[in-house]
Amino acid sequence: MPNDEYLEGIFYIQGRDFVDAGAVSSEIKKNLKEKGIPESIIRKVAVITFEAEVNIISYADQGTIQLFVEPDAIIIAADDIGQGIPDIDLALQEGYSTADDSIREMGFGAGMGLANIKKSSDIFEINSEPGGGVHLKCTINIKEK
Amino acid sequence: MRLAEIRDLLDATVIVGEDKLDIDVRTAFGADLMSDVLAFARSGGLLITGLSTPQAVRTAYALDIAAILVCRGKFLSDKFIEIARELNIPVLWTPYIMFEVCGRLYQEGMTACTRLASDVEDKHIA
Repeated sequence: MPNDEYLEGIFYIQGRDFVDAGAVSSEIKKNLKEKGIPESIIRKVAVITFEAEVNIISYADQGTIQLFVEPDAIIIAADDIGQGIPDIDLALQEGYSTADDSIREMGFGAGMGLANIKKSSDIFEINSEPGGGVHLKCTINIKEK
Repeated sequence: MRLAEIRDLLDATVIVGEDKLDIDVRTAFGADLMSDVLAFARSGGLLITGLSTPQAVRTAYALDIAAILVCRGKFLSDKFIEIARELNIPVLWTPYIMFEVCGRLYQEGMTACTRLASDVEDKHIA
């Protein structure tokens, strides 16, 4: 886990709370705008947090998203308590989805979520076991390396 | 195209953003699945969607999309409108189906936005 010194916020997310899906992403974006982070970096963070939030709401009992703002990078840690992902490689395939109708009615479940998160991250780390929840850590570099 | 021209072309109603009709939009993306928008849409463009949940607004906000055009005359909840106002995103509403909307806009020179949002440089945002 990144250094707590850089922890900007912890956001709690309740599973199946579809109405407010995306609210955490919007709040994190507002926070980063106020800090003067470049817009292109903020968009990556917004995509990652939106998809991670929707995944927790859709598939987990509950979870958290933690935002760390380090001098050279932003780190998003998303951890949930829930069913987990049995086959991560399969879940990363664009178009593969196990979504039900309640998720599709919200405009998600296209099978793009994890792939979007990976694409928007400079470093993408995922751990999951069936029944053990999902643990994501995404690093977005603020400066070009 | 200015939002005012888009409104006239599509017999649209301005739900949010009467004061923003001079915004110039040159690209558009049409989808009902927001993950596809998050994967492919370009900042500064127009989001054409039949999705009338608040997640359409939050997706537009995440990507710095210039405005939302809700098609097929979908009912918009108070929550949708409230969040669009809060996040300062113009919303237009038309009874036409997505095919009709896209066809009319394309004829007027609007093009598709197909680059990854994460690849778009800040200077390209309308």
